[in-house]
Amino acid sequence: MLKLIAQRLALGLITLWAASVLIFFTTALLPGDFASAMLGQQATAENTAAIRAELNLDRPLVLRYTDWLSGAVRGEFGNSLASHRPVSDEIKPRLFNTFFLAIYAALVAVPLAVFLGVMAAIRQGSTFDRGVNVGALLTISVPEFFLGYLLMMFLAAHFRIFPVLSAVNASTPFFSRLYFAFLPMITLVLVIVAHMMRMTRASVLQVMASPYIEMAYLKGLPKWRVVVQHALPNALAPIVNVIALNLAYLVVGVVVVERVFVYPGMGQMLVDAVSKRNVPVVLACGLIFAVVFIGLNILADVLSIMSNPRLRHPR
Amino acid sequence: MSQTASAQQRFGEQVLDVEALRIEVRTDAGPGPVLVDDVSLQLRQGEVLGLIGESGAGKSTIGLATMGYSRSGCFITGGKIVFRGKDVREMTRDERQDLRGHGVAYIAQSAAASFNPALTLYEQICEIALRRGLMKEEEAKAEAIRLFKELELPNPEKFGERYPHQVSGGQLQRAMAAMAMITKPSILVFDEPTTALDVTTQVEVLASFRKLIREHRTAALYITHDLAVVAQIADRIMVLRHGKMIEVGDATQILQAPREEYTRRLVAERTVANQNLHQAQSETAKPLLEITNVVASYRSLTRVINDVTLSVERGDTVAVVGESGSGKSTLARVVVGLLPRSSGDVRFQGESLPARLQDRPRDQLRRIQMIYQMPDVALNPRQTLAEIIGRPVEFYFGRSKDQVRERVGELLRHIDLPESFASRRPGELSGGQKQRVCIARALAAEPELIICDEVTSALDQLVGEEILRLLNRLQEELGVAYMFITHDLGTVKRIANKVAVMLKGQLVAYGETDKIFSPPFHPYTELLLSSVPEMRADWLDEVLAKRTRKNA
Amino acid sequence: MAVTDAKVPAKKKAPGIRLFGHKVPFSAQIGFLIIAFNLFLMIFAPFLAPYGEGIVPADLQKWANPSAEHWFGTDAIGRDILSQLLYGARLSIGLSLITTCIAFVVGIITGFSAAILGRWADVALSRFADLILSMPTLIFCLVIITAVMANESAFVAATGISNAFFEGMVIVGVIGFLYAVPVFRLSRAVAMNIVALEYVEAARLRGENIWWVIRKEVLPNAIPPLVAEFGLRFCFTFLLIASLSFLGLGIQPPYQDWGSMVNQNAQVIFLGKPMPLFPAGAIALLTIGVNLVVDWLLSVYSRAHGENA
Repeated sequence: MLKLIAQRLALGLITLWAASVLIFFTTALLPGDFASAMLGQQATAENTAAIRAELNLDRPLVLRYTDWLSGAVRGEFGNSLASHRPVSDEIKPRLFNTFFLAIYAALVAVPLAVFLGVMAAIRQGSTFDRGVNVGALLTISVPEFFLGYLLMMFLAAHFRIFPVLSAVNASTPFFSRLYFAFLPMITLVLVIVAHMMRMTRASVLQVMASPYIEMAYLKGLPKWRVVVQHALPNALAPIVNVIALNLAYLVVGVVVVERVFVYPGMGQMLVDAVSKRNVPVVLACGLIFAVVFIGLNILADVLSIMSNPRLRHPR
Repeated sequence: MSQTASAQQRFGEQVLDVEALRIEVRTDAGPGPVLVDDVSLQLRQGEVLGLIGESGAGKSTIGLATMGYSRSGCFITGGKIVFRGKDVREMTRDERQDLRGHGVAYIAQSAAASFNPALTLYEQICEIALRRGLMKEEEAKAEAIRLFKELELPNPEKFGERYPHQVSGGQLQRAMAAMAMITKPSILVFDEPTTALDVTTQVEVLASFRKLIREHRTAALYITHDLAVVAQIADRIMVLRHGKMIEVGDATQILQAPREEYTRRLVAERTVANQNLHQAQSETAKPLLEITNVVASYRSLTRVINDVTLSVERGDTVAVVGESGSGKSTLARVVVGLLPRSSGDVRFQGESLPARLQDRPRDQLRRIQMIYQMPDVALNPRQTLAEIIGRPVEFYFGRSKDQVRERVGELLRHIDLPESFASRRPGELSGGQKQRVCIARALAAEPELIICDEVTSALDQLVGEEILRLLNRLQEELGVAYMFITHDLGTVKRIANKVAVMLKGQLVAYGETDKIFSPPFHPYTELLLSSVPEMRADWLDEVLAKRTRKNA
Repeated sequence: MAVTDAKVPAKKKAPGIRLFGHKVPFSAQIGFLIIAFNLFLMIFAPFLAPYGEGIVPADLQKWANPSAEHWFGTDAIGRDILSQLLYGARLSIGLSLITTCIAFVVGIITGFSAAILGRWADVALSRFADLILSMPTLIFCLVIITAVMANESAFVAATGISNAFFEGMVIVGVIGFLYAVPVFRLSRAVAMNIVALEYVEAARLRGENIWWVIRKEVLPNAIPPLVAEFGLRFCFTFLLIASLSFLGLGIQPPYQDWGSMVNQNAQVIFLGKPMPLFPAGAIALLTIGVNLVVDWLLSVYSRAHGENA
C-alpha cells in the first residue's frame, strides 16, 4: 500500500509541475507588442519599457519560466502591472479571505452532505429520499450566481437580515467575519452539498447492494447494525474520495461567489486581473488555485487508497 | 411422502414443514411471473433434502423463503412455512431476526462476495453468536477454531485473523460453513456452494460439508443443479422445474428409478457419459491443423502456453480440457491469431499461419471460425439475425442480396430455427437459440475447422445437450472438424475422439479418448477424472478413501 | 449463471408515453417540454419579442419594475428585459450548442481511436487527457483567455473580422477544446467496454477493417451513453459560458447573452429589484430541463445494459 501511495504522490508532483508549465506557457500566446497594446493611448516609451522589463519579454521563454517558477516556490510572483507593487503583498490578505470562506463553507457542507446522503440511501425510495434528490438536482443545475442573487435579494435586500456587501478587511474581528461572510458561505454550501450528497448516496447505495450486506441480514442482524458495522466501513473510502473531490470544486465556485457578493478574495482578484490583462497576477492566482485543486485531488486519491480494506491488508 | 420406519429412527423430529408455498414477483407495472408455485416439503432433524433443478426453477427462492426472506421485488403470497411449530410468515420482525442465523443458517453460492472485505473472518463468524448473547468472546473464538479444525482448514488457530481476500476460494466456502454452524442451527441451507469452485476443490469442500452435517445432526437443504453432487450428500431429493415440484423421493429411488419424464431426462443426461457420439471419419491422415511446440505469453514474462504440440485432422473432434488457468482458452486465441505466439509453429492445411491476426489473408481467416461461451455477448444486440448470419456470406463470398437471403434461410434451417426468425434480434431469443445462431454464423463462412470455446458451459444441462447433438449432426453432414475447449470431462467423453489435457500451460496428456481415459493415467488426468462426481451415492466415499490411501 | 431455454414471453406494454421503446417518466417529460420551449423561443425570438433587439423604447424608464408593457421590467439603459432575454437566448444557447458539438466531434474521434488503435496512441492521449482533467476548468479558461485576448486588436486589424466575432471564436475554441477531454475519456471507456465484448472480437476475427467495426458494431451500441453525455456537456458548457459572461470576460457589449445580462443588471439587486434574477432564472430553467432528460437517459442505459449483458 505504501508503494501505491508513493506512486500517487510522485504522479501528483509531476501533475503539479506540468500544470505550472501549462499555465506559464500560455504567456507564449501574448503578442510581441503586448506592452504597448495594453497601455493603449497612454503608452509612452518609459512605461512601455517598464512593463517589458516587468514581464521580461525579451528573454527566451524557457528561462522566463524557470525564473518565474523558482520565484513562485518562494512566494514571489513579481510585480503587479497595475499597481507596480509586489504581487505577493497584494495576494496575502486575499488568500486569507478566500481560505476563510472556503473552510467556513466546507465545515458546514461536509457533515450536512454526508448525513443527508447516508439517510437518503438508507431510506431509498421514501419521500425523504425523493425530496432530497429533487432538491439536489435543482441546486446542481442552477448557476451559482442565481442562488447568490436569490439569497441576496431575499435575505439581504428585503429582510435585511444580512448585509448586502461582504465588506471584510484585515481588521474585521472573527465573529463579524462570520456574519459578513454568511451569505457567500451559504451559497457555496448549497452548491457543493448537492454534489456531495448525490455522490455519497450513490456510494452508500452501491455498498448496500453488495452480497455481503444481504448475508448480514440473513444472519439475523438488525438493520442499524448492518449499516454501521458492515456498510459504513466499506462506504468510507468512496465517501472520503467524494468529499475531497468536492472541496476541489469549491476552489472554482469561489470565483463566481466572490464576485456576486463583492467579497475581497482571490477570485475577485483573478477576475479583475484577467479583464485588465495583469499577467503576473493572473499567473500567480492561476497557479495557487491549480495547486490547491490538484493537491486536494491527490489527497482524495491517497485517502481512498488508505481506506480500502483490500489494500490495507494485502495477501 | 410417508417416511419409512427406519428413516424415522435415523432422523429426529420434524423441524420444517412447508405447505403450498407460493412466491411471486410484483413490480410497479403489476404482478409478474410466479417464481414458486404450490411447493410443499418437510424436513427432519439430521435429514438432507436435495433441491434439484435448472436455473429459474425456484430453488434458491425456496431456500431463502425458509428464513422468511425474499429478494427485492419478490413476495411470499401463499402457503405456510412452519419452523418448529411456528409459522415464519406470522412472525414479528424480531422473531424473524432470531430465526435467521440461529434457527436456519444460510451458506451462499459465492463466498467471496458474501464476506465483508473490511472485517476479519473472526469478526464476521463470531458476530452472530456474540450479538445474540449466546456466547462470550473467548467461547466464540474457541468454537470457531474447533469448527475450522472440523472443516480441515489450514492453520486453524490463526485462520480467523485473516481477511477474506487473503484466503482461497475453497477455504472461504468452508469458512462460510463455519459461520453458519457456530450457532448450532437446526437447518442449514446450502445454496449452490460448490458451483463456483474448480472440480478438484469441489470434492474436498463437499466432503467437509457432509462430515459437518453428519456430526452435528443438522437438517439441511442442499440446492444445486448438479445431480451427481446431490447424490453424494442428500437423503431425499426434490426435483423442481419453473417453480413447480416435479418429483420428490428417496435419493436412491430418484437416481435409479425416476418416475417422471423430466427427472428421467436429467438423470439420463448425466449417466450416458460413456456413449461416445463421435463417428470416426475414415480418413487420410492429412492433418488439418498442426500446432507444434507453441509458446505464448501475455505482456508479463510468465508463459501462458508452454510448448504445446497437438494436431486436428479432418472430421476430428479434439477436446482440450483443463481447469481455469490451464491455458486452454489461450491456446484458441493463439491459433486464431488474437494472441501472437512467441515461438513454435501453427500450420493449417500445410501452410504456416502468420502469428498475428492482421497478417492473415481473408480466405485463411475464413476457414477457421470460433464460437464463444456466452451467447449474450457474442451477438450484437442491435443487429437482426439476417444481418448477423448474412454478414460472413457477404464478406467472404461477395454474394448478391438475394443470394445472401437464400443462404441465411438455408442456414437457419440447418440449425433448426424457422426462417421467419431472420428478422428477429438476439434479445428476442432464448439462450439455446442464441447459441445456435452463433453456430450458424460460424457455418456461414463454410469453414473447415470450428473452435468451440466452452460453448455449453453457460447453458442449462438439457439445452447444452441439444447443442452438442446439433454440433455432432453438422459434423456428419459437413465434415467440419472441431477443437472443443471445455472443463467438463463428461462432455469430452461424449463427443471427442481425441483429448488434450492441459495444466498450467503445459500439455500433460494427448491422444485418443479411450486411451487417455483408461489406465495408466498421468497423475493429473487421474485427479481430474476422479473429481467428476458420478451418480452413485457412494462415489464420494470411494474417492476420499482412495485419496487417504495415497496420502498415508 | 446458467441460461434457460424457456420461450421468451412477449413483454406486456405498460401505458404511458414511449420513446425508442422506453417509458418516459413524468420528470423527463417536463425536461423535454422545457427544452422544446427554449428552442422555440430561440428560433422565433424576432417574432415573439415585443421590442426590437437592443432598442431603447421611447418611453425611457430605467430599472422599471415589471408591468404590463414590460413583463420583466427594463434594464440600466431602459431596454425591455423580456426582449433582451429572447434575443439573448440565441447567443447563449447557440454558442453552447456549437461548442458542445465541437467538443463532441473531437472527443469521440480521439476516444474511439484510442480504444481501437491500441497501446501507444492510447497511452499518450490518456496521459495528456488526465493532465488537462486535473486542472480546474474555469481557472484554466481564465488564464488562456487572458493571453489570447491580448492578441485581439492585432488579429482584428489583420483579418478585418469584428471584435465580437473574435471573442466568440475564442470562447468556442477554448471551451470546445477543454471539454473535448472528458468526452474523449467517456467515449474511450464506452468503446473499450464494447470492444471487449465478444461480438466485436468476432467481427475482427472475420477480418473486418476498423472503420466497419466502429460503424457497425461499436457506434450503434455506444449511442445511449453518448447522447446522455451530450446533454451533460451542453449543461456544463452553457453554465461555463454564462459564468464567463457574468464575470465580464465572455460576451462583451453591445451583444448580450444571459450571463452578461445578469452582470449588467446586478447592481439593482441591492435595491431589492429582481432584474438579474430573470436571466439567471432562464439559465437555471434550461439547465434543469436538460438534466432531467439526461437523468432519464442514464437510467435507461444502465438498465438496458444489464439486460443485455
